[in-house]
Amino acid sequence: MASRFSTSIPGIGKNGSTDLPVLKPFAPSQPVAFNTSAWLANLPPWTGLVLLLPMMIWPFASHAGGNFTMTDAFAALIKWMPFLLKSGFLFNVIISLFAMLIGTFLGIILGLGQISKTGIIRRFSWFITQLFRNSPWLVLLFIVLLAFPFEITIFGVIIMIPDWTKAVIGLSLPIMANISEIVRGAVLSVPTAQWEAAESLAFTRQQILWRIILPQCFKRMIPPWMNWYAILTMATPLCSLLGVEEIITLSRQAMESENNHPELLVPFYSFALGLFFLYCYPIARVTMHLERRYSVKI
Amino acid sequence: MLKKNAETIVSIRDVHKSFGQLEVLKGVSLDVKKGEVICVIGPSGSGKSTLIRCINALNNIQGGEINVCGIDLTDPKLDKLELRKRVGMVFQQYNLFPHKTALENIIMAPTMVLKQDRAASEKRAFELMQKVRLEGKEHAYPGELSGGQQQRVAIARSLAMNPDVMLFDEVTAALDPETVKEVLVTIKDLAQEGMTCILVTHEMGFAREVADHIYFTDNGVIVEHGPPKTFFNKAKDPRTKEFLSQIL
Repeated sequence: MASRFSTSIPGIGKNGSTDLPVLKPFAPSQPVAFNTSAWLANLPPWTGLVLLLPMMIWPFASHAGGNFTMTDAFAALIKWMPFLLKSGFLFNVIISLFAMLIGTFLGIILGLGQISKTGIIRRFSWFITQLFRNSPWLVLLFIVLLAFPFEITIFGVIIMIPDWTKAVIGLSLPIMANISEIVRGAVLSVPTAQWEAAESLAFTRQQILWRIILPQCFKRMIPPWMNWYAILTMATPLCSLLGVEEIITLSRQAMESENNHPELLVPFYSFALGLFFLYCYPIARVTMHLERRYSVKI
Repeated sequence: MLKKNAETIVSIRDVHKSFGQLEVLKGVSLDVKKGEVICVIGPSGSGKSTLIRCINALNNIQGGEINVCGIDLTDPKLDKLELRKRVGMVFQQYNLFPHKTALENIIMAPTMVLKQDRAASEKRAFELMQKVRLEGKEHAYPGELSGGQQQRVAIARSLAMNPDVMLFDEVTAALDPETVKEVLVTIKDLAQEGMTCILVTHEMGFAREVADHIYFTDNGVIVEHGPPKTFFNKAKDPRTKEFLSQIL
């Protein structure tokens, strides 16, 4: 067989090689939106252990200098672990969940605004989306922190606004803008032929959008939506700059109460890093799994 | 024959349509009587599809008049929904809703647009599936059906609205030769039952067999038209002759 190929077909050499131009199979590049989840999901699961490694060996390395030993550093960390987990990291998760909830709700409204038939609504939604999508998250956080009053009065009732609520609002703004883009992109990804087919059956625009278009692209919105959740969770330590008592703030306070030995730094922060990895890694894996599954079937 | 005395259901007068600088329709006129089957043929880019899409207002026209079932399409207060309830359309790419089963595809418009009772719509949907010879496929999703089957579901979906006119826009162009036949048989059944049909097609044999009148378009105008016998055997215009000589 091989010899017949090499002799009878011009341009094709032995082993079926050719110097003719060849159309290679189409390999779509990874969508930009998935960089974070793709990178995270591609890490092997034992990365988590590697992250915890500095926590183990750092006290050894620094042992020579002082009289604060590895055992002391570990004892300190183990003592604080339940507190850091329950009062610290759990709060990060709560902040991320609330910010995601608000961001998703507002983002869907804004995204639908971006495909509105009314020019003013469309342009306004586009402007808000671009504004919050392209602003540094930390700047947004500070603006919300400083711009919002610490208490509001509604019908004579004074309601306090704690800092963590402001942090939730601040973090939900960039999420809102990015969800808005996801919704817009997903709706536009449905072929216009679907709109035409529905129009020719006398459906109204509202019916077409809610009953025919959105149900089709709902699945496609889930992976990028989860991707943004992972990014948001990893951004929650920003709140420590606002004095919100989340894991980084509490880690710092815990180390202070242990007399600020420099040996404590790496174990404590490695612990925080390990927690974020353990929480976000499965999300990233599921995201990429869903992305692969939904990208095949339209 | 009966058809000669029947009322005119679609009337197109001197219609002009441009996409930006490109003038696609340059003064097209045609009339369709109730129960008639009209085939529009012609080379690609001659404006056939644009013309048929103007009839249910998927395309707006810039000049001329279109009247469908007594509805004036040039009226600025045109109720497009009312028009589309009376004009069914089937597309080249089927365009079934992929997240709904065949049955749901069919009953969606009657229940949501015409506000019909769900049980009655379902009963009618089963009848329509039988009519397009797809009994037993009611609960299949479009992705599980072949092209020809999807196209027949699309026909049933349009019929469920009980339209006065059916538009077929190159409905067999995306199908392989074997499945073309099953779709054409369905359309032929419809035509014989007296449904008014306007088809854009490249199936000359089919056009000759079922059409009452054939229109040949080229470059945005109707070059020649007539009953199939005269059209295919005694074409007068040189452009028509050239086209037919290439196809037949």
